[in-house]
Amino acid sequence: MYRILKEIWRLGIPGKKIIPAKGQGPFRRSAAIRHVDAGSCNACELEIQALSGPHYGLEQVGLSLTASPRHADLLMVTGPVSRHMATALQDTFSAMPNPKKVVAIGDCACTGGIFAGSYAVVGAVEKVLPVAGQCPGCPPTPEAIRQTLVQVARQTRS
Amino acid sequence: MTAPDSEALSSMGQWQQILTAPPVWRVRVQAAFWMSTAMALRDQGGRLLGLWGEAGHENAFFYIHALGLGSTGYLWITLTVQSGEGQFPSLADIFPAASRMERALYDLTGIRAAGNADTRPWLRHQCWPAGIFPLREGQLDDRSFGMDGDADYPFQLIDSVDVHQIPVGPVHAGTIEPGHFRFSCIGEQILRLEERLGYTHKGVERLFQDRDVFAGARLAGRISGDTTAGYAWAYCMAVESIARCAIPPRAAALRAVCLERERMANHLGDLAALGNDAGFAFCQSQFLFIKESLLRENREIFGHRYLMDCIIPGGVAFDLNSAQTAAIQHNSESWQRTVQRLDLLLQEHSGLRDRLVGTGKIVPPRAAALGMAGLAGRASGQAWDLRVQFPHAPYQNLDVSMQLSPEGDVAARWQLRFREFYESLRLQTQLLLDLPSGDVSATIPESIPDGEGLGIVEAWRGEVFVALSVENARIKRCHPHDPSWTLWPVLEEAVLNDIVADFPLINKSFNLSYSGHDL
Repeated sequence: MYRILKEIWRLGIPGKKIIPAKGQGPFRRSAAIRHVDAGSCNACELEIQALSGPHYGLEQVGLSLTASPRHADLLMVTGPVSRHMATALQDTFSAMPNPKKVVAIGDCACTGGIFAGSYAVVGAVEKVLPVAGQCPGCPPTPEAIRQTLVQVARQTRS
Repeated sequence: MTAPDSEALSSMGQWQQILTAPPVWRVRVQAAFWMSTAMALRDQGGRLLGLWGEAGHENAFFYIHALGLGSTGYLWITLTVQSGEGQFPSLADIFPAASRMERALYDLTGIRAAGNADTRPWLRHQCWPAGIFPLREGQLDDRSFGMDGDADYPFQLIDSVDVHQIPVGPVHAGTIEPGHFRFSCIGEQILRLEERLGYTHKGVERLFQDRDVFAGARLAGRISGDTTAGYAWAYCMAVESIARCAIPPRAAALRAVCLERERMANHLGDLAALGNDAGFAFCQSQFLFIKESLLRENREIFGHRYLMDCIIPGGVAFDLNSAQTAAIQHNSESWQRTVQRLDLLLQEHSGLRDRLVGTGKIVPPRAAALGMAGLAGRASGQAWDLRVQFPHAPYQNLDVSMQLSPEGDVAARWQLRFREFYESLRLQTQLLLDLPSGDVSATIPESIPDGEGLGIVEAWRGEVFVALSVENARIKRCHPHDPSWTLWPVLEEAVLNDIVADFPLINKSFNLSYSGHDL
């Protein structure tokens, strides 16, 4: 136990401390996020996983990842929406209670990316669901992803 | 030598060596020799890596390709099937991993593997009409596919009052790729697991067709984002083989630095995630910190956090100066010390050991029968590592040390990640110390000759290969192959008799590719 505490002390706080601004919009300062991989190559997922690390500290800005869409405010989608995932994606969105918003993460989710035009792919998430925010990149950095999520979480009621 | 060093194999046809390091032999067999070649390969202790199909001109005939590994190298065997025949002899009884590959081959080309009892679609889901084979010429139009969810797949279930089913996925609890797992359980214990994959199928093999080789490289690096360096290198090796282009030694060394860094990044990420799956947040934090430092160094020095587009046909797209190599060496020493401290600390953490030891076990004899290789294979005593046995540049002079464990449980796959991490750090240090001077790339001509080539590397999960054919300077057929094809069926066995709550841990200890598999 002592060695664990020593390692924690040694690591310190690597990320920057973030002070959330006064909340606005339907989600105030916090949002629960459900992620769906709609056919991504997995690079965007790695950057989303990095958000849980000590450099970024997703929970500092009031965001947390949730396993159930029933508990989610935001739906974060990666991938060019493969046809085999389209229904699962729509079902996840339907299972979310209002108010809810969708965020497209990565070039594939924003435009279809390098897979656009394939027989097996629908394309941008906006062809399947209404999208409130987009974060392009291949993959986008965790910093960019966090910023987009925060922006969408604080959007005023439209 | 001009043929594989085995009388049984060398008599099967006219063998031609198409690559020297690693050694790759090519043969087109007559139908009568297809099965006997496979059996001869199995009898000498060889493995099947991949099986895929190709449509000939105007679908008049089809090629069935197989890549095996024998005692003297990799064997690319091709059988021609006339359109009228519509089938070829199944290899599933000889190599278990062939079963799903044959089902996928049928989904894409419409050619059946006669003798394979499992005729259910594999990559094809409900919204993909039954008579449509995307790799046949002229099959697809805009209306070919819908978006219907998969509902009628006939899982092999156990009909008993005491057994209950748990369907998991395709949407998973964590931030991971999608796939479906159908559990049959008695209480907590898993009686049977059946996987259903194909959810991330993006039609990659068809997307390759008609691209030029440079656009193909960008696509290859995005088949599986966590293995971008592995796929890019295998693809570029195939291109260079067709173009008869030798890459400069500095480029080979820098490619290996990329591949080893990718190996290290993934191993760190897996150790973090395994800690998380065991409910140990401290472990997740510590490893994610080191991984993030590595990724930031990748961005700063190599240009991309995951090294996408760093490996290009002809060489690499970046160079390192002495200040950069010094920075890398300095950070490496610091990470080595930190990881070693964590290694010792966690070895003695009884709560963690309780979860890892004995869970998800595949014993070595079973691993051999299933054809396991790669990281998971080595953790079950299967001594396969391309960098050791058939090294290509720059691995020939590095004396890579293969890490093995006979235990085959989650603890073994955990421990192997540490040992491979240390070995990769050592290799990186050596590569940078001995970095040859010179160019970082050779020019690949725009008018690349017609031909076929193969590239294969020991990526972090195992051997990744890309089989490529080029016609009129455009890609005619490209088959990228992930080691996960052989390992996914093994997971179904590894979970038997363990509890459902241990599944995330077992799955993560393998960490197989969904996107690399589904294409």
